[in-house]
Amino acid sequence: MRTSSRGTTFQPQILNLAGVMHGRSRHNEMITIIKPQSVFTLKFKEIWDYRELLYFFIWRDIKVRYKQTVIGAAWAVIQPFLAMVVFSVFFGRFARIPSEGLPYPIFAYCALVPWTYFANSLTNATNTMVANQRVITKVYFPRLILPLSAVLSGLPDFLISFSVLIGMMFLYGVYPTANLIFLPLFTLMAIVTALAVGLWTSAANAIYRDVRYVVPFLVQFWLFASPVVYPSSLVPERWRALYGLNPMAGVIEGFRWALLGRGEPPGPMLFVSIFVVLLVFIGGIIYFRRMEGTIADVI
Amino acid sequence: MSDVAIRVENLSKRYRIGQREGYLALRDVLARGLKAPFRLLKRDSQNLSRRSNEYIWALKDVSFEVKRGEVVGIIGRNGAGKTTLLKILSRITEPTEGYAEVRGRVGSLLEVGTGFHPELTGRENIYLNGAILGMKKREIDRKFDEIVAFAEVEKFIDTPVKYYSSGMYVRLAFAVAAHLEPEILLVDEVLAVGDAAFQKKCLGKMGDVAKEGRTVLFVSHNMAAIERLCQRALLLDKGNLILSGHAQELVARYLSEKVPLRRSNINLTFHSGRRPGMLPVIVKIRFMDKNSQEKTVFKIGDDIIFEIELDPGKKSFKFPSVSIAIHNYMDQLICKLTTWSQSFNIGSLNVRKVLRCIWRACRLVPGTYFISIGFGNGGNVVDYVEKVANIEILPSGDSLAEGKIPRGIFIPEIDWVVYEKG
Repeated sequence: MRTSSRGTTFQPQILNLAGVMHGRSRHNEMITIIKPQSVFTLKFKEIWDYRELLYFFIWRDIKVRYKQTVIGAAWAVIQPFLAMVVFSVFFGRFARIPSEGLPYPIFAYCALVPWTYFANSLTNATNTMVANQRVITKVYFPRLILPLSAVLSGLPDFLISFSVLIGMMFLYGVYPTANLIFLPLFTLMAIVTALAVGLWTSAANAIYRDVRYVVPFLVQFWLFASPVVYPSSLVPERWRALYGLNPMAGVIEGFRWALLGRGEPPGPMLFVSIFVVLLVFIGGIIYFRRMEGTIADVI
Repeated sequence: MSDVAIRVENLSKRYRIGQREGYLALRDVLARGLKAPFRLLKRDSQNLSRRSNEYIWALKDVSFEVKRGEVVGIIGRNGAGKTTLLKILSRITEPTEGYAEVRGRVGSLLEVGTGFHPELTGRENIYLNGAILGMKKREIDRKFDEIVAFAEVEKFIDTPVKYYSSGMYVRLAFAVAAHLEPEILLVDEVLAVGDAAFQKKCLGKMGDVAKEGRTVLFVSHNMAAIERLCQRALLLDKGNLILSGHAQELVARYLSEKVPLRRSNINLTFHSGRRPGMLPVIVKIRFMDKNSQEKTVFKIGDDIIFEIELDPGKKSFKFPSVSIAIHNYMDQLICKLTTWSQSFNIGSLNVRKVLRCIWRACRLVPGTYFISIGFGNGGNVVDYVEKVANIEILPSGDSLAEGKIPRGIFIPEIDWVVYEKG
């Protein structure tokens, strides 16, 4: 029963929000403590509290991406599709790279769907802190939302290019096996991989703008270090686990195995991939957190 | 529930000098390393480069409390740490040391229109900007019509804001911000944008917010606004909280202390307003009327004489130039009186010289004006002393008495003529 005027102004609104934010239903008070932060306070709950902003950032990224384009979402298909055509002609037809008994276009496109998603998400995540510089220096929110939204906003594109893959499979008469149920897991792994690397590059790019020039090269080399144009069976057996140090190798082989039923079932290579992703991810979060507190000063 | 909305204890923030000026490129880091040996050869830049590795405390050991429902103004010169304090309290940046406790939902307005995207429509930007400012979607849904009406952009609500006029853009941006309903509001100099009518609207809205019993922390150079809106004020100087108290008293004190004294004859050799790294060439300034009487208070239309004494020390300057900058109380640059714009040649400066600038019939609107002086040689700034003094312009007795002065920056000399058409 404190000062009456404020009581009447604020009470209704706070009650409305009680369930939505900060779960402060019992006493209408939210206390924020501000002090130099430790790197290890990870604030996951806070990201949950800010999920609406995350949603709005994703929504903005998607909306703006196609706002002034003529063919809009068709770009989501054109990119991997053209790459598939070129790869099929040069690697499939001329270089005769083996494709595990599948038509080469299907073989390549099935890898290009997660690969394109990964490459675009990583590029977007790298630039996101700098692109949102104004917002970062003027408003508080958990900065982690930015790379997260950059990575998640690529998902509609991923789904569109994926549906083309389904069409192609029908066309070529390749049918999925029961392994299909594992596909969401590999998709999740692609998302986490893009985020894990994106955490490092986005935070680093905020301080050293060179990073944004390095990332396209990185992506290019990474493409050929991943089994996109060739099957990982081309890699000698004893190096296979080592090859898994590239987490995208695990993702792409996983996609082929789950969708096309070819390639080897997930083995040591996949476990190495998962382990590496988690390591990079946790390291990325810690590095990002270390940057977060003062990023508004240096960006 | 406690009575205290904001408690700040020994809050400090350290910046590396130059850190706020932007990002590093690896290129710069490498280049700096390569150039280091050569820098020793150049005496002038040596001083600067060593300085760039130093740290400054933008805020040092600041402690205060703000009670629930209090409206507190924060005043101080540029670089006193006002914005840094707001940025820490709104969690945009972390403090280096110290502790602060904020009780209640915080909304910070360091700028209006943060996150507006030109490609998105007015409608979309309201949602985006609202979410960035911390509103929930349901809350925006509820206030949407009100926001649109306040901004007066009903017709263009589904047009991308890149086609908006700057006035519409600012109105929409402010409308969203004005409908933010936090328990604690942190406001930076957002009122300094837009035209006079818009500023008036903003101030009115701020007044409403203050009356609703919300806790507000308000940074401004607009002393009139501080006096009107705030009960209490904090005075910051060079990162230190030097005074806190009754708003009106503090404003009066600040205005008189901002410049050591309103004096007509000021020695500048060791002035605190001198920018770092400058050479003290400007050693004295005097203000006089046309009869060479020392004065600091003038009437509209009076001549003002600025007399500046320059001491080159043991140096010699071949192409000296002097400029006098006049700022108003809101820190807006009103005009500059320069030698180079008049193609006036001071001549080579190797002995002490006294320079007079005569401003004929100064017709600025009544108010307090701050004087800064710069000395250059060729294209280089050699000395710069900020806000060395203030002068006061008063209404003149006759035709421009109080109450007959139109709004604006200066009062032009005009004649009206009327004819009968025929």
